Amino acid sequence: MELIVAVLLTVTTAATPLLLAAMGELVVERSGVLNLGVEGMIVVGAVVAFATAQLSGNPYLGALCGALAGCAFSLLFGFLSLTLVTNQVATGLALTILGLGLSGMIGENFVGQPGVQLEPIAIPLLASLPLVGPLIFNQDIIFYLSILSVVGVSWFLFRTRIGLQLRAIGDSHGSAHALGISVIKTRYLAVMFGGVCAGLAGAQLSLVYTPQWVENMSAGRGWIALALVVFASWRPLRVLAGAYLFGAVTIGQLHAQALGFGIPSQFLSALPYLATILVLVLISRNRRLTLMNTPASLAQSFVPDR
Amino acid sequence: MAHHEPGHSDCLLEVRGLTKVFGELRANDHIDLEIKSSEIHALLGENGAGKSTLVKMLFGSLEPTSGQIFWKGNPVTIGSPGQARGFGIGMVFQHFSLFEALTVAENIALSMDDDVSIENISEQAAVLSREYGLPLDPNAHVADLSVGERQRIEIVRTLLQNPELIILDEPTSVLTPQEADRLFETLEKIRSEGRSVLYISHRLEEVQRICDRATVLRHGKLTGDCDPRAETPASLARMMVGSEVKSVSNTGGKVTDEVLIEARGLSAPARTPFAVALKDIDLTVRGGEIIGIAGVAGNGQSELFDVLSGEELVDNPGDINICGKDAGRLGISARRLLGAGFVPEERHGHAAVSSMTLSENMVLARHRSDAAEFLTGGPLKVIRHDVVRQASERIIKEMDVRMSGEDPDASSLSGGNLQKFIVGRELDRKPSVIVVNQPTWGVDAGAASRIRQALIDLANAGSAVVVISQDLDEIFEVATSIAVINEGRLSAAEPAENMTLERIGLLMGGIHGEDTPVEETRMEAAHAH
Repeated sequence: MELIVAVLLTVTTAATPLLLAAMGELVVERSGVLNLGVEGMIVVGAVVAFATAQLSGNPYLGALCGALAGCAFSLLFGFLSLTLVTNQVATGLALTILGLGLSGMIGENFVGQPGVQLEPIAIPLLASLPLVGPLIFNQDIIFYLSILSVVGVSWFLFRTRIGLQLRAIGDSHGSAHALGISVIKTRYLAVMFGGVCAGLAGAQLSLVYTPQWVENMSAGRGWIALALVVFASWRPLRVLAGAYLFGAVTIGQLHAQALGFGIPSQFLSALPYLATILVLVLISRNRRLTLMNTPASLAQSFVPDR
Repeated sequence: MAHHEPGHSDCLLEVRGLTKVFGELRANDHIDLEIKSSEIHALLGENGAGKSTLVKMLFGSLEPTSGQIFWKGNPVTIGSPGQARGFGIGMVFQHFSLFEALTVAENIALSMDDDVSIENISEQAAVLSREYGLPLDPNAHVADLSVGERQRIEIVRTLLQNPELIILDEPTSVLTPQEADRLFETLEKIRSEGRSVLYISHRLEEVQRICDRATVLRHGKLTGDCDPRAETPASLARMMVGSEVKSVSNTGGKVTDEVLIEARGLSAPARTPFAVALKDIDLTVRGGEIIGIAGVAGNGQSELFDVLSGEELVDNPGDINICGKDAGRLGISARRLLGAGFVPEERHGHAAVSSMTLSENMVLARHRSDAAEFLTGGPLKVIRHDVVRQASERIIKEMDVRMSGEDPDASSLSGGNLQKFIVGRELDRKPSVIVVNQPTWGVDAGAASRIRQALIDLANAGSAVVVISQDLDEIFEVATSIAVINEGRLSAAEPAENMTLERIGLLMGGIHGEDTPVEETRMEAAHAH
């Protein structure tokens, strides 16, 4: 029992950053913007969170500053791609490259320093339940936020008027503009939400997952988050499933490598990617549903004709 | 212009000297317009006359360069569509501003005030749509609806805002004659409630039928302000076009026995949820025949064009036969080599690359079918610019393409002139079969009659012609026989002289004969999803 909980806990830890970053990007893409800078925002969030926590001794302040750093970075993307109407793909890639370089520079003096960990917060009563207690109700704040983001984003997108407007903009920004919906403003807010989520995902890496700073510690998670959003057909619950599947197979293959089944370790390392893509391709076989959920104006720049 | 004191009390909307300049183009030049209460007011003009520019300014989505708008006698600035709605102006767009991925109720909710819940809107929409005879299912996804149904959403959405002036932009261009009749009833009900309608159209018959007053535009200038019922179609057309349009002459060639293009039991599944599946299509066209394929937009016209042209291949090679050869598995160039020519619907991005010159566009289309003439250098396939230049000059002369510069980019030509070039590009090869999709869509009257005449001449010279068009006038003008496409099915072609507007309308609505009642076809379509 103890062992199962311990293993499952590592799964949630591995899945949380993916889930958060993907949830943020889902909202961004639903509004019709493709921000390929997720990886860059995560890594900047990670280094800022680590540095703030280390200097102040307060991991919560660290997480907050990580989220704000992600948001600031996304604003740079927003300014370039929405206000100056640069190509979204190129701008996003540049953001990632900039983020990786910038974080290495900021973090230079923090390499090898001991970190400050975000401690779990036990929820009274619920935390003492068997299995689910330690697993779900005795976790750090970022885990709670990641789960909240799934509920919140689903509710926001499909139950609120602004969510409806955001989906409408993603479907056809020209029509949305003709109806008097503010396309650029909504997209800015979506991009900033994506930045906050990615920054928090980074903070989770450097404050929970491995409480220290290592250069490039995002290790491609931003790209996986991007892929998750597409393979999940822009549906929040599918993103949740995909992120946890990826986390589970990642942890599973680590144990398999430790036990040594005689399977090449390279194959095992590739397994999470293969399994996630396979499962998500299978569940997105329904082309009609996929097309209905695909933001039709994704990655298209919008310039109102006045 | 009449010196009349602005702000007359009986005028709902008044426009004085409204001007909009785009670069060097004066899209609207000192336009005056008066719309009274309880009036259906027509805005007449050809494509490109400036009608859309004018209404966009009235609806706040374009900013006037100069001029003044008066609403109920008060000078106003309409800065945004939201503001226009605030005054009580509603608009039904020509290219619908609907969101395909959302439901009917969600689409309506998007244009409503913030404090109404979606459930509430569903209810209101259902009530209103019954009241005006515009049946709608609030929970249906727009992607699944026909064009006529989409227009109903737009109208209901506009009516829900309780406007005093409703602007309708070319509303009947996408409707069957019967659907149009129903729309006219709705409009008359709207007028009887004391509201006004600004009705944009280029169809004279409709305007004379339902409009109380007409304002006519040509090349961005006001050319007429009249009571359409007191005018004749010819006098209205003169105001619109400026001169008499040369009418198309059809001396009628001889129909040969040779079948030049044929489809037998042709079916093709829908490629996307938004596409239409083709079902069991039979089509036979002989030399000298022009088959007009009528139908409401989105009933499989582009899908049919794609399989005939080879943009989409069909599984069974024998399903399509061109000049005696099975062509179902052949690509576009291979079909051109058999003697066929194709003109797709969209000029920009499909029939032509906008940013390339006319001669380059010609080589792109004919690089294989005319390789011997246009290319040299053996396997290197070097383009022979002199020959290409000559050929494109030949087309320009033959089709009377007007342009600036010697070999300009396709994007710099007006719609009509580019279309003349694209049609000419195919005719220049003297194809034995030509398939054209919406050949004169958005083209001025002069260019349209030139293109139609060219198609008739080609048929009279012994070629087989297939014209897919939404424009029934065009079909009647050129076709020797007429078939109707509806939900991916093609009715049997009948001689044009036996066809009436009414019969075509019924076929467009899906009534093929006694053995296929409408309900049944609807059910099938529903199950197919």
